Amino acid sequence: METYLGEKQQASQWSPYINNGGSCLAVAGEDFAVIASDTRMSLGYSIKTRYSTKYLKITEKCSIVSSGMQADIFTLHKVLKSRAQIYEQKHGKPMSTDAVAKLVSRLLYYRRFFPYYTFNIVAGIDDEGVGCVFSYDAIGTLERVKYSASGSGSSLIEPVLDNQVALKNRNDIKKEDYKLTKENAIDLVKDAITSAGERDIYTGDFVEISIIDINGTHEDKFELRFD
Amino acid sequence: MFRTQYDSDISIYSPEGRLYQIEYAMQAVAQGSTALGLKSKTHAVVVTLMRSSDELSSHQRKIFKVDGHMGIAISGLTADARVLLKFMRNETLHHKFVYGSDLPTGEVVSSLAMKSQRNTQRWGRRPYGVGLLVIGYDGGKTHLYQTSPSGNCFSYYAQAIGSRSQSARTYLEKNFKEFPELGLEELVLHGVKALKESSGKETLTKLNVGIAVVGKEQKFEILKPNKVQTYLDQILQTEGEIEIENENENEKDQEAETLELKLD
Repeated sequence: METYLGEKQQASQWSPYINNGGSCLAVAGEDFAVIASDTRMSLGYSIKTRYSTKYLKITEKCSIVSSGMQADIFTLHKVLKSRAQIYEQKHGKPMSTDAVAKLVSRLLYYRRFFPYYTFNIVAGIDDEGVGCVFSYDAIGTLERVKYSASGSGSSLIEPVLDNQVALKNRNDIKKEDYKLTKENAIDLVKDAITSAGERDIYTGDFVEISIIDINGTHEDKFELRFD
Repeated sequence: MFRTQYDSDISIYSPEGRLYQIEYAMQAVAQGSTALGLKSKTHAVVVTLMRSSDELSSHQRKIFKVDGHMGIAISGLTADARVLLKFMRNETLHHKFVYGSDLPTGEVVSSLAMKSQRNTQRWGRRPYGVGLLVIGYDGGKTHLYQTSPSGNCFSYYAQAIGSRSQSARTYLEKNFKEFPELGLEELVLHGVKALKESSGKETLTKLNVGIAVVGKEQKFEILKPNKVQTYLDQILQTEGEIEIENENENEKDQEAETLELKLD
């Protein structure tokens, strides 16, 4: 909008994107993976709903959690679910975790010029039975990692995982002596997201946590703070 | 059926008002090996006889999954069946994507019937030479439909198609009144017994009998050969013939797995 002096004034432009908040994380172990997300959906300083799932089980060996805009998360998950079924019908077997990871990357890049406002984490068991976590940005940059956190609480969770899973900045423990057991990983994930819920206003209500190993996926749910 | 002067094109009626090309297409269905379906209040089952052209080849698959709540058994030209299967899978997946629910079996069968009819009234196309038995569970009810090259589709309590299917149909006609209240196991047993009626000289083994089930709290599932064998054993035991194939069992399992051609 130009004034008579020819200056441009900043009018607030309509944006197709909003952030519904929430946190997601995943940790990979030697033969398992743990993936979790909270279920609070916010808009501004209000809570829209205390239960809106950010988690999707794609196969028995692979799941995805996404934070960001709920509309895009919902649609991306719908598309992913359909694509997984098409793959299974075509190839006679479920998608491998690596295939899912690549597919998510491609689906996201397909929308390079009007991206899904989603920050995704894919976790599962790869073909060798080793736990894996894949983290993405909004347009599909893919990286396989040992752990990842995304969403409004990610800056609170990521340092905790750096310290506890990658053993960074620790003088008290040797890497060679340390092995992440499934029970430790589950506790760690629960504690990390609970702690994020303490300080991040957008994280809370319920957490959907899922443990993936060679036997399949075990899904669980627990409560966080409602404030 | 013998050649007449009114059968050279799909668009020619005979003086009796018949379209011979469609009837010939239905003959193609009757040439395929037997496929039969039956349903109770809670489950629907298809049982098929899978032919193999010779000892070296694998047995022709006749049962295919369409979606979690629906599947088909085919008789006739397998290649045509694949086209229809792809169509059904697309329809069900699209419905699931858009509406978030299972596409009712009756609706997909109607679409299939429309599609089949189109090929009976279009220049340069021929009818699909395959008959399908569609089983599904949706809306709290079980469904069994038969589709044919003519584009007709009907709902059935029980039906058999393919070669020698009349014997199976006779068995089903005798027993169908008791089907609604049966449990899954008994229903499958009836299906296998009916198949035995049409098997003729061929011995039923776990390699050439295909069984699939769908129903309440039962996603569409094609039974594994070992499970099929348990039903066959029950049938054979009651008839006093028990075939022991222990030595060949493992070999045949491996053969079956390596020769399984991926058809869809």
